[in-house]
Amino acid sequence: MFIKEYFGGIFKAIKSLLTGMKLTGYYFTHLNKIVTEEYPDNRATLKMPERFRGEVIMPHDENNEHTCTGCQACELACPNGTIKIITKQEVQADGKKKKRIDAFVYHLDMCTMCNLCIDACPSDAIIMGQNFEHSQYERKYMKKVLNKPGSRLKDGVE
Amino acid sequence: MLFEPDHYNEEGEFVVNMGPQHPSTHGVLRLKVWLDGETIKKVEPHLGYIHRSIEKMTESLSYRQFIYVTSRMDYLSAHINNQVCALVVEKALQVEVPARAQAIRVILAELTRISSHLLWFASIGLDLGGVTPFFYAFREREAINSLMDENCGARLTQNFMVPGGIMKDVLPNFQQRVKEVLKQFKDNYHEYDEILTGNVIFQNRLKGVGILTKEDAIAFGCTGPTARASGLNCDIRKLYPYDGYEKLQFDEITSTGGDCWARYEVRMAEMKQSVKIIEQLIDNIPEGEIVGNTKKVIKLPKGEFYQRVETARGELGVYIVSDGGTTPYRCKYRSPNFANLSAIPHIARGHKIGDLISIMATIDLIIPDIDR
Amino acid sequence: MHTWLKNAIPNATGLLITEMVITGVILLVFLILLAFFLGYMERKVAAFMEIRLGPNRVGPKGTLQIVADTLKLLFKEGFTPDAADKFLFNLAPGIIITTALLAIAPVAFARDFQIWDINIGVLYISSVSSMAVIGILMAGWSSSNKYSLIGAMRSGAQIVSYELSIGLSLISIVILSGSLSLNDIVESQANGWWILKGHIPVVIAFVIFIIASTAEINRAPFDLVEADQELTGGFNTEYAGMKFAMFLMAEYINLFVVSAVAATIFLGGWMPFHLGNLTGFNHIMDFIPSSIWFFGKTFFIIFIIMQFRWTFPRLRIDQLLNLEWKYLLPISMVNVLLATLMAIMGWHF
Repeated sequence: MFIKEYFGGIFKAIKSLLTGMKLTGYYFTHLNKIVTEEYPDNRATLKMPERFRGEVIMPHDENNEHTCTGCQACELACPNGTIKIITKQEVQADGKKKKRIDAFVYHLDMCTMCNLCIDACPSDAIIMGQNFEHSQYERKYMKKVLNKPGSRLKDGVE
Repeated sequence: MLFEPDHYNEEGEFVVNMGPQHPSTHGVLRLKVWLDGETIKKVEPHLGYIHRSIEKMTESLSYRQFIYVTSRMDYLSAHINNQVCALVVEKALQVEVPARAQAIRVILAELTRISSHLLWFASIGLDLGGVTPFFYAFREREAINSLMDENCGARLTQNFMVPGGIMKDVLPNFQQRVKEVLKQFKDNYHEYDEILTGNVIFQNRLKGVGILTKEDAIAFGCTGPTARASGLNCDIRKLYPYDGYEKLQFDEITSTGGDCWARYEVRMAEMKQSVKIIEQLIDNIPEGEIVGNTKKVIKLPKGEFYQRVETARGELGVYIVSDGGTTPYRCKYRSPNFANLSAIPHIARGHKIGDLISIMATIDLIIPDIDR
Repeated sequence: MHTWLKNAIPNATGLLITEMVITGVILLVFLILLAFFLGYMERKVAAFMEIRLGPNRVGPKGTLQIVADTLKLLFKEGFTPDAADKFLFNLAPGIIITTALLAIAPVAFARDFQIWDINIGVLYISSVSSMAVIGILMAGWSSSNKYSLIGAMRSGAQIVSYELSIGLSLISIVILSGSLSLNDIVESQANGWWILKGHIPVVIAFVIFIIASTAEINRAPFDLVEADQELTGGFNTEYAGMKFAMFLMAEYINLFVVSAVAATIFLGGWMPFHLGNLTGFNHIMDFIPSSIWFFGKTFFIIFIIMQFRWTFPRLRIDQLLNLEWKYLLPISMVNVLLATLMAIMGWHF
């Protein structure tokens, strides 16, 4: 009885080991199953999903106009203090003074891509961009101004 | 130098620090181990190397903002962590969550559970010296992460929950993609059995090691697969159903072994149960709203609120004291890993160094969740 | 070459020294190249089994990756810890690599191509290779690191035990072929390799030899000496730069040596694939050069040992000793008896 158990155990053990080796052997001989993504080489074809949260960007149309009214809802929604909106008073064509953004300051180094600012924005002025290659040599480059120089608020957005 | 007294205690035991930087602690956990040869006499965990004061941070964040911080606690079940925060706010406000949001929440939570268990499977192989299972499990995990990426916008720290529902509706091809992921998982599941489960070396490393009795599991406050492997019925999805789990058919996996092998088997079986849950829901996602009726600025009524969920590692509770304002007065997270960690010194005593690795691997600790 | 040198250098001592130097340089260059190749092979084998691509940046298909790694290790500081026993600490890598190099001497790489035809080759190999434990113990002990010490103690227990099974499994072939000389053992397989004509005892001896020698050279699943998940690198935790590279090189040279020995003793070494008295078939097989036969068999066994490493988890120290004392040793003892019986009765082909 003991002998039977002893050798039975050995055979079971060897069988289980061979099962594992069969699997690794299978993958060794089936190189088409390799799943590696060769990242820096596939930059041209790599496409991030539409909803991917890479960074906050402010889209501008062809007339260099954006839709940010400077309402600071995003600034309030941000849990980390990533966004700082600096406003100015701008004299309109009809002579009235109105609040417009001077600089939409975005600290990429503090951002956790939580999407709360985009959710809070009432005029869809900011969206999440797909770029994810953010590394810089100095911290000062992580501070970005999202509205382009000379840009203005699109007409009709309040 | 080795033989100077500070490396020994009075009984001549060898004192070794495992961590904070050690390949098998999966993070910055420091275990002080007293050794007699290869045998462990005593283990003392030292915490706090990754303490980020998340509970204190929460006191200055609004009820919409504090959800995102919890992704950084147990980063492998980030989605479920977010869910508990959303649930506690909904409970306090007594907001009805739309059925569609509930179904999507549960599908994503179960996918998170599978992905978390897959990472655990990968790392248990790695901890015990077999590197190859790591890549097999990561192949399926990658599919789940891509799915999360497409629908939630992030692979790991999704932050897809908002109080009252979910942030965005899922993409139109969501159902088809989930089915693809599940099919890939089910097709490849047998490989895990072949490479690790059946392996005699692996079984011998786990069987009879680190036995946690049912009484000890209760005494240490263990939850999740760790306690269920000791025969304790503690699945929050069964005991205190949330988000429509009460309507779903699934088994609570328990085992009576209490050793590392039982914990291994429970987790492997749980992955299959998660698949079962998703399959019930995926074809019947109700149409409708995705966010319930919540205000832009949420103010919780004065009082104390507690909500618990079952994460991949056990019971996660969040306790909020509100003074009626926009931020919590006090917030406390009852994290599963902290309680589970406390069992390690007890069950590791008398085992070999190699066994400590298997015990830590099967209890599946996430260090940021211990320290918070 | 011997005769040519004899004419050039009439002095006998001078001749011996010149020959030794030339052989040594050739061997060293060969083994360094071999270690490079095995390093590359291991990475590729591991990668393909793990559905990865493996190194593919430096050189065509990543072939120069290991050269880049060596350069990097060369430029690193040869750090000696303050608390270490400096003499032993620096001596240990040398000892380990020397024992690895010594064991290769009696192996015949091809027909009539051997560095040292010694008539007790098998005995020599098994005694020299067991000296590696001294280097490992020295490295672990002198590092003044607790992980290193535990690793070194494990290695002592491990290598001393597995030495027995290796010896016994080699002896069963020695009994069958009736000689300790590696050349004679290869010649005795002219009408068929031992693994084919030796029936079950030789197959068992072969399996035991592969398992025990994997343990002997501290490779996974028996790499408790290093056990990076438990001991953060084991006996070589404190080593850096070229000293660490020497450990790595010694590992690959040892891997080659045990595979070469297994190929020589069980699979016929450089002997082509012969089947009994089928002269026509045997003649065709003789056309393939003997060195290709030798390296083909050796790399087959190297591949198997590599596959072990990338498939199995690691054993625990007590299981490791259980495996040796409860399974391998009793089985090899019975196996030697069987082999003796076979040799006496002439049951093998």
